[in-house]
Amino acid sequence: MSGQVPCRARIVRRIQESPTIFTLGIELLESNQRKRFSFTPGQFNMVYLYGAGEVPISIVSDPEDETMLDHTIRVVGRVTRGLALLKEGDEAGIRGPFGRGWPLDAVHGKDVLIITGGLGCAPVISVINYILRRRADYGRLTILQGVKHSEDLIWRQRYERWIEQPDIDVRLAADVGTGNWPWYIGRVTALLDGVEIDAQRTIVMMCGPELMMARAVGSLASKGIPGGAIWMSMERNMHCGNGLCGHCQLGPKFVCREGPVFQYPEIESLLAIRGV
Amino acid sequence: MAFLLHHQLQSLLDVLAGEGYQCVGPQVQDGAIVYAPLASAAELPRGYRDQQGPGEYRLVRENPQRFFAWANGPQALKPLVFAPRESAWQARRESGGALSFAPVAPQSRPTAVIGVRACDLAALALLDRHFLHESSPDRYYAARRDDLFLVAVNCTHPAATCFCASTGDGPDATSGYDLVLSELDDGFIIEAGSNAGQRALAQLQLDTDSKAQRSTAAAATANAAQQQSRCVPSRNMRNLLFANLESPHWEEVAQRCLACGNCTSVCPTCFCHAHREEPAIDGVHSHHVREWDSCFSQGHSYIHGLTVRSHTRERYRKWLVHKFGGWHDQFGRSGCTGCGRCITWCPVGIDVTAELAVLNAGGQGK
Ligand SMILES: Cc1cc2nc3c(=O)[nH]c(=O)nc-3n(C[C@H](O)[C@H](O)[C@H](O)COP(=O)(O)OP(=O)(O)OC[C@H]3O[C@@H](n4cnc5c(N)ncnc54)[C@H](O)[C@@H]3O)c2cc1C
Ligand code: SF4
Ligand code: SF4
Ligand code: FES
Repeated sequence: MSGQVPCRARIVRRIQESPTIFTLGIELLESNQRKRFSFTPGQFNMVYLYGAGEVPISIVSDPEDETMLDHTIRVVGRVTRGLALLKEGDEAGIRGPFGRGWPLDAVHGKDVLIITGGLGCAPVISVINYILRRRADYGRLTILQGVKHSEDLIWRQRYERWIEQPDIDVRLAADVGTGNWPWYIGRVTALLDGVEIDAQRTIVMMCGPELMMARAVGSLASKGIPGGAIWMSMERNMHCGNGLCGHCQLGPKFVCREGPVFQYPEIESLLAIRGV
Repeated sequence: MAFLLHHQLQSLLDVLAGEGYQCVGPQVQDGAIVYAPLASAAELPRGYRDQQGPGEYRLVRENPQRFFAWANGPQALKPLVFAPRESAWQARRESGGALSFAPVAPQSRPTAVIGVRACDLAALALLDRHFLHESSPDRYYAARRDDLFLVAVNCTHPAATCFCASTGDGPDATSGYDLVLSELDDGFIIEAGSNAGQRALAQLQLDTDSKAQRSTAAAATANAAQQQSRCVPSRNMRNLLFANLESPHWEEVAQRCLACGNCTSVCPTCFCHAHREEPAIDGVHSHHVREWDSCFSQGHSYIHGLTVRSHTRERYRKWLVHKFGGWHDQFGRSGCTGCGRCITWCPVGIDVTAELAVLNAGGQGK
């Protein structure tokens, strides 16, 4: 039973990743809770800030790292603004892990194609980190990231670092580009045409706007990638994390419990309809 | 089975009090029948009858003998098990910044509810499936649920808004009760449905009921089923609804719906709730509160930078498609038990059965 009450936790590391993004390395203070905590990349915690409330945040550290749980957070509103002010040594609360993560067993030995759009690529960071630490276990790793406006690329340094690595193919696209955008201008789905894909051995992982993902599925299908090889992390408002409060529903799915990662056929009929 | 004369009803309440239960029962308050702590049988709405219709509820005086010649008021069992508002846990911050978290013990005591209807028993069974889900049973719900003793009443006087016969949930109570009453002109056939009910019944030392009484009672509920004029087009509308997510009819309903959420608060199975953080003024404590929320509220589907269901069209659709569609996936049946409350308490009189009928007929507005 995942917690209905937070575990005591302390910030042991804080990294400012960009002006609006920071990573908190959080340690659970009770040793039995620390030992019991095990998760899969793609799962998330409810991170609690005293007096402000809780927000769902993906766990991006390595599942084998028993010392701390990393959460990379973008400042957007009330709670995340407060979390940004926490310093090393400060205390917070953690409930989790919640949900179903990425299908790491299915990916082993395969080519991995990651497609993200918009601002929210947090849920795939964990799996990218995971694969990079075990690079030899996987085939080709391709990352396609799209943004609306070139200035929306909020974690540029991270992408520039990945681009320099020889064993990842990273491509960026902006619907609207400005002067300092050296990459593609157009839709992220158009990038797919330039990428070499072995449809038989590719697993696709996506997150981002639902319309973008629906469009990407169409392009992937035309390249012969079956729906069952496509996985996506969905986003909905979340208050409880354990399937009770009803906020996270996507059609009949409780995203917090049955997702956030879904295999495309599970949500196919809901993906392209606005407001479900 | 036994027979409890009308004037013996108080002795049933006394037995339940003796067993340690506080009694909660129907009473007339502010022109409606609601459940409230019941000190004596004299407080029951004897001689009342309700008149209900879309957006309409009125009490009138009728057969002075009867205690239960009316159909459900606005309240279901839901508030007794799923608190409209409660503190779920509390955080404490020491001066050095150290935090600690303590669950708040659920406020609950053994409670006997008098006069529970079949549709609400069915709704309670559905709430059990949700709140006691094996993956994360809710301790607050569980504590209150364990404390309930349910005295059901078979319905003899359905309202015009009732359609439990078509959903298969009434008007007879068939399971989930501790005791069940069938009201006749001079008293009740009383029957136990659990060990606790058996124990209470044994203390009453009643005469047995007669065959004639039993057949009168059976005829009364059969008649109650027949009186119902509303119905659901079918018990499983799942595929039809999911195939009609883009029907123009949603926009037509949205023109009338105020997105007020009355329907979700009176519905005995709606379970959505919000978590809110409420720091105490002592500066040392912060309460994590949960309270009823509605899929009709603006914040329900908010994610940063986007409200997933920003229009009433999408919210009404969410409500109806979830209740009559998504529940099949989530809980193995429709989430509607035919109580009719959402019809009565909708300020503009939107009628689920009528909207379902339109969608069933191909979705072209009226
Ligand atoms: C499964 C999942 C994983 C996530 N992982 C990350 C991550 O790793 N890093 C990151 O920066 N962000 C992540 N998010 C988004 C993050 O939860 C929101 O940015 C955050 O809740 C905003 O809270 P706020 O109080 O700062 O903003 P406000 O806009 O003030 O939000 C107020 C309240 O609305 C709700 N809310 C707002 N946006 C969201 C949202 N996107 N998802 C769910 N509830 C929301 C929350 O209850 C929040 O407290 C994730 C969301 C989900 C659903
Ligand atoms: S949907 Fe309406 S009729 Fe059905 S159980 Fe809920 S309130 Fe009652
Ligand atoms: S259907 Fe009626 S009760 Fe429900 S939100 Fe709309 S106006 Fe309010
Ligand atoms: S977040 Fe509460 S049900 Fe999923």
